[in-house]
Amino acid sequence: MSEIDPKDLAAYAETADAWFRENVVRDPGFMLPLTFMEVGTDQQFHFLQDWQHKVWEAGYLGAAWPQAYGGRGLDQAFQNEATKAMRRHGGPIMLNAIGINWAGPLLLDIGSEAHKQTYLKGIVSAEDIWCQGFSEPEHGSDLGSAQTRAVRDGDSYVLNGSKIWTTLGRHAKYMILLCRTDPSAGRKYDGLSFILTPMTVPGVRTVPIRKLTGEHGFTQTFFTDARVPAEGLVGKEGEGWRVAMRTLEYERGARGGQAGGYVSVGSDAFEVVEMAKRMERAGAPALDDPLIRDRMVEFMIEIQSMSLCRQRLAVPALNTDHPAGLPLSFKLMATEFGRRVNEFAVSLTGARGAYYVGDERAVDDGIWTRAYLNAFSGTIGGGTSQIQHNIIGEHVLGLPKS
Amino acid sequence: MQDLGRVGFSEEQGSLLEVATTFCREQSPIAKVRRLMEDETGHDPAVWTQIAELGWLGVAIPEDFGGSGLGLAEVAPIMEQMGRNLLSTAFASTTLAAQALIAGGTDAQRQAWLPKLATGTAATMALVEAGGDWNLEVVACEAQEAGAGRIRLSGQKFLVSDAAAAEAIITSVMWRGKPALVLIPATALPDGALRRETIIDETRRAYALSLDGIDLALDALLDTDLASATLAHVHLAANLLAAAEMCGGTQAAIDLTVEYAKTRKQFGQPIGAYQGVKHPLVDAYVQYEQARSHLYAAAHCFGEQGTGEIAVRMAKATADAVFAFASDRAIQFHGGFGFTWDCDAQLYRRRAIWHASQYGDAAWHRRKLADLLL
Repeated sequence: MSEIDPKDLAAYAETADAWFRENVVRDPGFMLPLTFMEVGTDQQFHFLQDWQHKVWEAGYLGAAWPQAYGGRGLDQAFQNEATKAMRRHGGPIMLNAIGINWAGPLLLDIGSEAHKQTYLKGIVSAEDIWCQGFSEPEHGSDLGSAQTRAVRDGDSYVLNGSKIWTTLGRHAKYMILLCRTDPSAGRKYDGLSFILTPMTVPGVRTVPIRKLTGEHGFTQTFFTDARVPAEGLVGKEGEGWRVAMRTLEYERGARGGQAGGYVSVGSDAFEVVEMAKRMERAGAPALDDPLIRDRMVEFMIEIQSMSLCRQRLAVPALNTDHPAGLPLSFKLMATEFGRRVNEFAVSLTGARGAYYVGDERAVDDGIWTRAYLNAFSGTIGGGTSQIQHNIIGEHVLGLPKS
Repeated sequence: MQDLGRVGFSEEQGSLLEVATTFCREQSPIAKVRRLMEDETGHDPAVWTQIAELGWLGVAIPEDFGGSGLGLAEVAPIMEQMGRNLLSTAFASTTLAAQALIAGGTDAQRQAWLPKLATGTAATMALVEAGGDWNLEVVACEAQEAGAGRIRLSGQKFLVSDAAAAEAIITSVMWRGKPALVLIPATALPDGALRRETIIDETRRAYALSLDGIDLALDALLDTDLASATLAHVHLAANLLAAAEMCGGTQAAIDLTVEYAKTRKQFGQPIGAYQGVKHPLVDAYVQYEQARSHLYAAAHCFGEQGTGEIAVRMAKATADAVFAFASDRAIQFHGGFGFTWDCDAQLYRRRAIWHASQYGDAAWHRRKLADLLL
């Protein structure tokens, strides 16, 4: 990559800032989801699809992807500036999360030329929504035991089985599917393959799952003799586990290639502070209570910790002992923080903590309680926090397998 | 919103970290640490000489006074590696005394002492009093005019680190109704002024200091107009150095426990395979990484008005919490062996208690942060 002219970068940042200031719609008249896993209504879906498309068209998503595949061919630094501007102006989330953060970087990295030509532009423009088919009803965190069967038949694979927790499953055109091509392989991991699967072929059926929040957003996906093209295979047959693990590294932020933007907006500790100023305890602001102040500071330190850890990751000399340590820890840090800070926020709302979304007395329309309940999608999805502990313990600290 | 600080890492920090990593590991194997615990001075004079020769004592001293003109940011990686290897010397004490002179000494004091401190003369601060108050402006000891340009000190100081090795002790006293700092050359100490104290961290040395009867020239006072600012500066500097030493210690405590968990077998498998052991170790590790990020943010932002204080307090608060947790679990996960003197886990737990007790623990710094942030 050639040297970046700081003047070009600054000019780009300024234009991006102006564009987001002009174009962000903060309140479309209905509640926007905080994460891509919370898209429950068609109204939300279409709004966010249009928004991502618009951002891409303006050149502020996938700016660092090659021009041939729907990007702008710029250095990652430009995309980072665009993402910052997006955040600064409170832009809604990017909808096509699995596409821009998982499938896209994977295909850029190890996909065939045909894969790149076929899929990348639709991903970044939000024209083609992607979903992920790793977890199964009987195998949540234990992905290596996936049983959904793929049998090769000429130029096709024939799929049978079921995947669960398919975010955006109802809307998705494609799925990244981890399935079993060889049930007789000695190690369970060696019998798996990774297939880009169209969701629109006969034999694929999605059934909505209602979440603990009362909302929709996930589906269970059933495959019944569904015939999909064999050219969707990524890597070789039997390499699915390796490909899937690589994909998870994009998700955990341990590898680059993501198109940019963000797919969730957490309630951060600073927003909780603002809320606590409005809440009351014994006739005084809740934020005057010394115990609440102490916990608040703990959360502020913790959110600063995560920001500083990301900065420190850019200093190789401060990552020599466990180079994979920080990248593999971010998911655990961020999702557990999200769960606890929202739980704490609910506790600040006093008696009104009993209200939920839909009641006019609910503090901030009930977002805190909803965010707390939704936060479990982070601590459970993509490998539970307990599995993250195993991963860090084994892959970073070198402890024996549990 | 306030700037809470950011990570930065200079080339000099990088090379000092590299050298210190090797030096401290080689000069402070655990058997030697234990041998020095039994030694009256607690220090290896040969190591002290080498530290001076490496120029580390002058890292944060201006070039005009014989130092290399860097800052405490560059001292942090050295301190971290000392902590990691439980390498005890008067390094931190001397660095703090130099900081006091840089921030609030008179020109004559700086010229007389800084070049010496930069090259191997040890010094220390005497700030703690009987009540153990972390607020350094709560001072009962006194300096009184004794006529003929002399002052006479009175009162008792406690937990004075490395006082026996120090050729200068800078202490806080009340002077004309306000806190002030006084430099006491070791030559001015009456016999028996120092008494070694029994402290929790046996790798360190601390002394009670009786100021009664110490008689000095008026110019032993540091700049009285700057006393308050100097105390604040020393307080933050001490916490930055402590956070660094604690991060290093935490790393070592985790390494020690991980190594044991890999090899010690119970019920047919290494205990590290049990999630009851593995998961808390991971919690300690993740918190350690966070504390280390805070450390290098605090080091980088140390001199920044406002931000420096926030970053340092966050660094000490996180380091205290994780050092306590990691060393506590280190004892527990060593099982019966952990309950013994011979297991090194206790060394880290004891050191964590020492650092929590000096210049404020996690809860105290959070209290200060609440006032700064909320």
